[in-house]
Amino acid sequence: MPLSLLLLVLAVLSAFAYRFGTGRARAIAPGRQQATLHSRPTYHGFYVALWCGLPALLVAVAWVAMQPILVKGLVLAGLPDSYSALPEARLNLIWNDIRNLALGDVVRAAPAPEIQAAAETFRRLYTIGQAALAVLCLVLAPLGARYAYGRVSRDLRARNRVETVITVFLVASSLVAIFTTIGIVLSLLFESLRFFGKVPPLDFLFGLHWSPQTALRADQVGSSGSFGAVPLFTGTLLISLISMCVAVPVGLMSAIYMSEYAHRKFRAVAKPLLEILAGIPTVVYGFFAALTVAPFIRRLGESMGISVASESALAAGLVMGVMIIPFVSSISDDVINAVPQAMRDGAYALGATKSETIRNVIVPAALPGIVGGVLLAVSRAIGETMIVVMAAGLAANLSFNPLEAVTTVTVQIVTLLTGDQEFDSAKTLAAFALGLVLFCVTLGLNIFALHVVRKYREQYE
Amino acid sequence: METVTVRDAMQTTLDNRLAEGDATPMPAKIQARQTNVHYGDKHALKDVTLDVREGEVTSFIGPSGCGKSTFLRCLNRMNDTIDGCRVSGTVQLDGEDIYDPKIDVVQLRARVGMVFQKPNPFPKSIYDNVAYGPRIHGLAANKDELDEIVLTSLEKAGLLAEVKDRMESPGTGLSGGQQQRLCIARAIAVNPEVILMDEPCSALDPIATAKIEELIDELRENYTIVIVTHSMQQAARVSQRTAFFHLGELIEVGDTEQIFTNPKHKLTQGYITGRFG
Amino acid sequence: MSEMTVDTPRGGAGTRALVAAGIGRRYRAERRFRLFGLVAIVSALVFMVLLFVSIVGKGYTAFLQTEIRLPIHYDVQTIDPQGLRDPVEMRRANYGKLYRDALHEMFPDVESRGDRRMLNGLVSSGATFEIRDHVFADPALIGKKGEVWVPASDDVDMLVKGNVDRNSPEHERRMTDKEIAWIDALAAQDRIETRFNWRFFTQGDSREPELAGIWGAVSGSFLTMLVTLVLSFPLGVATAVYLEEFAPKNRWTDIIEVNINNLAAIPSIVFGLLGLAVFLQFFGLPRSAPVVGGLVLTLMTLPTIIIASRVSLQSVPPSIREAALGLGASKMQMVTNDVLPLAMPGILTGTIIGMGRALGETAPLLMIGMVAFIVDVPHGFSDPATVLPVQIYIWADSAERAFVERTSAAIIVLLTFLILMNAAAVYLRSKFERRW
Repeated sequence: MPLSLLLLVLAVLSAFAYRFGTGRARAIAPGRQQATLHSRPTYHGFYVALWCGLPALLVAVAWVAMQPILVKGLVLAGLPDSYSALPEARLNLIWNDIRNLALGDVVRAAPAPEIQAAAETFRRLYTIGQAALAVLCLVLAPLGARYAYGRVSRDLRARNRVETVITVFLVASSLVAIFTTIGIVLSLLFESLRFFGKVPPLDFLFGLHWSPQTALRADQVGSSGSFGAVPLFTGTLLISLISMCVAVPVGLMSAIYMSEYAHRKFRAVAKPLLEILAGIPTVVYGFFAALTVAPFIRRLGESMGISVASESALAAGLVMGVMIIPFVSSISDDVINAVPQAMRDGAYALGATKSETIRNVIVPAALPGIVGGVLLAVSRAIGETMIVVMAAGLAANLSFNPLEAVTTVTVQIVTLLTGDQEFDSAKTLAAFALGLVLFCVTLGLNIFALHVVRKYREQYE
Repeated sequence: METVTVRDAMQTTLDNRLAEGDATPMPAKIQARQTNVHYGDKHALKDVTLDVREGEVTSFIGPSGCGKSTFLRCLNRMNDTIDGCRVSGTVQLDGEDIYDPKIDVVQLRARVGMVFQKPNPFPKSIYDNVAYGPRIHGLAANKDELDEIVLTSLEKAGLLAEVKDRMESPGTGLSGGQQQRLCIARAIAVNPEVILMDEPCSALDPIATAKIEELIDELRENYTIVIVTHSMQQAARVSQRTAFFHLGELIEVGDTEQIFTNPKHKLTQGYITGRFG
Repeated sequence: MSEMTVDTPRGGAGTRALVAAGIGRRYRAERRFRLFGLVAIVSALVFMVLLFVSIVGKGYTAFLQTEIRLPIHYDVQTIDPQGLRDPVEMRRANYGKLYRDALHEMFPDVESRGDRRMLNGLVSSGATFEIRDHVFADPALIGKKGEVWVPASDDVDMLVKGNVDRNSPEHERRMTDKEIAWIDALAAQDRIETRFNWRFFTQGDSREPELAGIWGAVSGSFLTMLVTLVLSFPLGVATAVYLEEFAPKNRWTDIIEVNINNLAAIPSIVFGLLGLAVFLQFFGLPRSAPVVGGLVLTLMTLPTIIIASRVSLQSVPPSIREAALGLGASKMQMVTNDVLPLAMPGILTGTIIGMGRALGETAPLLMIGMVAFIVDVPHGFSDPATVLPVQIYIWADSAERAFVERTSAAIIVLLTFLILMNAAAVYLRSKFERRW
C-alpha cells in the first residue's frame, strides 16, 4: 500500500473514531446531563481519534525513516564477499545501480547477475516492508481507538489530554526551525570537514587558482583540481558591489521620495508597482539579464570601442541591483518613518527646506538603520543564485573589471552539484565548503545588521 | 487657593512692569484676522482675531484641545506640514500676509522661530545643533563668524557656561532643561524677530522650568515672544498679554494683569478660578 | 557683516537680506533633490516595464505554433501489412514514412538524399506520433487518405513567425534558400498556418522546441507546492501560536525567535545543500521528487509564514483574550475559538505570499536534482519531476532559437500564477483587514 493511501486510510479511521467518541460521550450523558461530563463530547471525540491515528502515524514515520537503512544493510550483506571489500564510494555507486534496477529505472545495459539478484532481494524486502507497515498500522489504529473508547466516562479529563497533545505538537513545531538550523550547520560542517581532509583549509580560503576538474582515473594528468576560492570571493564581491551601486541610491531615493514628497495618490500607485519587482522570481531576472541586458551592454561597449565580455559582471550586477531595489527601499521607508516627527518639525521651524531637512537631519538620524538595511541587502546579493548562474560566467577570473566575466560562490555551488558525479569527490564536497563560507558570511552579516537595526529602533521608542 | 497664587504672581509681574516704565502699548507685530483652521472635517480654530505686540511676551492659555497650539502653529505656517490642514483668513507679520503665495515659507520661518513642547535637539553635536540654522541660511561668511553666532546664541540662551567645554558632544546627551535651552539657542541663532514657544516647560522639572522662564523674560528685550502654556502661574509670571482660548474660539484677550484679576468673560473667570480646564 | 548678523536685535534687515540672497540656490537644490527621487522611482519602473515588454514580446508567439497540412495516405502496407489490427504490431509501424511519402509526393522533383532529408526536416519528428494517434483513435482511417495538420519543425516555425530574417545571407541563417522556397510553395497552397499551440499546455518537456510543453513542469510545481502547503502551513501556524500565546518569555524562546529571523535571511541555495545532504544522502529519498522539493521549500517558507502569523496574532487585541479567559475558557479554547479566527486573514495572506515565493524558487531545487531532463508528466509525489521555474532555467540554457520563445512563454505563465496569488493576498487583506 503506498504511503499516501495509508495516511488517507488512517485519516478516515480517525474521523470514524471521532464520531464514536462523541457518540459514546453523548450516550453517557444525554441531553441536559451534558454538564455532568468533565469535558464536552467533542473533546472525547478528539481523544478517541488521537488514540486511533497518532500511534499508527508515529510507527509509520519511524518505519519510513528506518526501512531504507535496514534494507540497504540487508541487501549489501547479501552480496558476494568480493563486494564487501570495496571502498564505500564504490559501494554507494553499486547500491544506486541496485536501487535503480529494482525500481525499474533505466540502468546500464546487462547488469551482473549478482547485482540482479540483489535487486530482486531489494524488491522483495521493499514489498514486505510496505505490506508489514500497512498491516501494523491497520491493527494499531483500531486497537488504540478501542482502548480510548473504553475509557470514555463522565470523569475522563479528555479536554486536558487533548490539549496536552496539542501543546506537544506546538512545541515540536517551534523546534523545527531550530532543527533546520542545526541540520544546515551539521550537514555543511560534516561535508566541509571531509573536503578539508582532501584540500587544506588555507589553500581553499587563500588560494588564487580555482579549477575543480578532478580526473576520473587516478593516473590521469592533473588529477587533483585546484581549489583556491579567492577568485570566487572577489567575483562575488564585485557583482555584489555593482548591485549595491544600483540598489542603494535608487532604493534610498525612492523611499525618500515616497515618504516625504510623493502625493498620496502617486504613492498608492507607485509603491505596489515597486513591490512587484520584489515578487518577480529570480530565474526571470536571470533570463532577462542573460538575454537582453548582457547583449545590450556588449553592443553598447562595442559602439564605444570597449570590449565587453558576453557574460560581464556588469550585466549580472545591474539586474541584481534592480532586484534588490524594493528591498532597500522598503527597509529605508521603515527606518525613515521611525524618525520622530519632532525632528522634522525642529528643522522646518528653523526654515530648512524639505531636502535640507532630509539630507541634514532625517538621513543622519536614520543612518544606523539604513546601514543595517544595506548590510541585509548585501547578504542577499551575496547569496543570490539564479541571476548569476544565468548571466555571470563560469571561469574563475581574478579580476575587478566589471566588463569581464567573473564567477561567484553560488554559481560554483550550482555547477559543482548539477550533473552526474559521485558524491564523495573533492569536487562535490567543495560545494559544501563553499556553502559553509556562504552560510557563515551571510549569517554574520544578518546577525550584525539585525542587531544594528534593533538598536536603532530602540533609540526612538 | 488657585486664584490667590495667581494674584501673587500677577502682583510681581505688575511691579516689574511698573519698574521698567513699560506702560504704553507696543505696536502690533503680528495681526491675525478671522483666522480659521480645519483639519479635514474638524473645525479646529474659529474666527480668531488677535494682535501680538512687538517686544512683549504674549501667552495663550486654555484647556487642552482648545486650539491654542493650532493657532501658534499658524503664525509660522508649521501647519503646512500637516496633511489635510487648511488655514483661511489672514495672518499678517509686519503688515504682510504670511499666507500670501508670494511669501516664501522658508524666509518666513527664518523670521519666526519656534520651540517645541518636547525638546527636540538633532542627533548632532551641541555646536552643530546651534550652527544648523545659520548654516542652511548662509548667515555666516566664515568659520569665525559661525563660531561667534553659536557662542552668542548659547550665551543668550544661558547655556554657554554649562556646555562650553563639550561643544562637540551630542546634543541629545544633555539634560531635559539643557536640551530645551539648546533648542532655544538653536532658534535664536537664526536671529528671528518672533519666537513661538509651544508649552516649552511641560516636559521639564520645576528648577529647569524656572530657568526657562527667567530666560524668556530676558529674551523679551530682543524678541517678540508668543508662548502657549497650560500653567496659569506661568502665563502670569512671564507674559504681558494673555489670550484665553476655548473650544477653538478666542474668548478673551487683554493685559495679563486684567485677565487674571478682572476677567470680562464668564468662561475666562471659570477657567482661571479652576472651575474647569 | 558679522555685526549685522550677530548683534542686530529683533531680526533685522541684515539677516533678512542674507536669507533672501541664498534662497534661489536653496530652492534649486531642493528641486534637484526632488528630481533625483522621481528619477529613481521612474527608472526602477521603466526597468520593470522593459522586462515585461521584452518577455511578453518574445514569448507571446509561443502560444501559436506553425503547422503544415499534409495529404496523408494511411497506407495499409505500412501500418498493418497482415491486416490483424494487432495494437502491439501497429504501434511498431513506421508512421514517419507516411508523412515523408506525402511530402515526397508534393515535391516529386526533390531527388538527392540530402535534399530529401532537408525536405523531411520541415516537419517535426513529433508528427510521427500524432499520425499514429490519429490511426489509433480511428482505425477506420487505414487505407484511406486524409488531410492532417502536423507540427512544423522549430526552424520553420521561427521563419514563419518572422524571427529569422529571410533577407540575410544564406550562410547566416539556419534555413537554406531551398527550404524557404518549399515553405513558400506550401504557403501558396494554404498548407501552412499558425494555430493555437495546445501542445505547449499539455505536453511534458522535449528536446524539440516545437513539441516541448509546460504541463510536466506545472504538474511538478503543483505537487511540490501541495507538499509545501500541507507541511508549512500547520507547522508555521503552530509555531507562531506557541511563541505568541503559550511560550514563556525566556532565553530559550529568545533563541528560537532569533533563529527564525536568521533562517528567513539565509540564502535559498543553502537550503538546497541541506536537502541534498540530509534528505537525499542521509534519508535516501528519491532524487528529483516533488516530495523532496516540497520538504526543502517547506523549511525555506516556514520563517515567512511564522513571522506573518505572529504579526497577525499580535494584532488581535488583548481584550478579546481577556474576555474569553474571563468566561472560563481554557487557554487552548481561547486560542482556537477566539484568537485564531480573527488572526486567520493575516495568516492566510502571509501564507500566500510565502507560497508565491516558493513557487518562483529555483536554486535549492537544482541541488536536489529537479533539473534533470524529464519528459513524463509526474503523477505521484515520488515520481521524477521538475518545476516551472526550473523548466525556465533548463530552456533558457538551450541553444535552439525557438526555446527563447518557449522560455518567455513559460515565464508569462509563471508570472500569471504569481500575479493571481498576490491578487488573492491583496484581496484577502483588503476584505478582512480590521483596525482595532
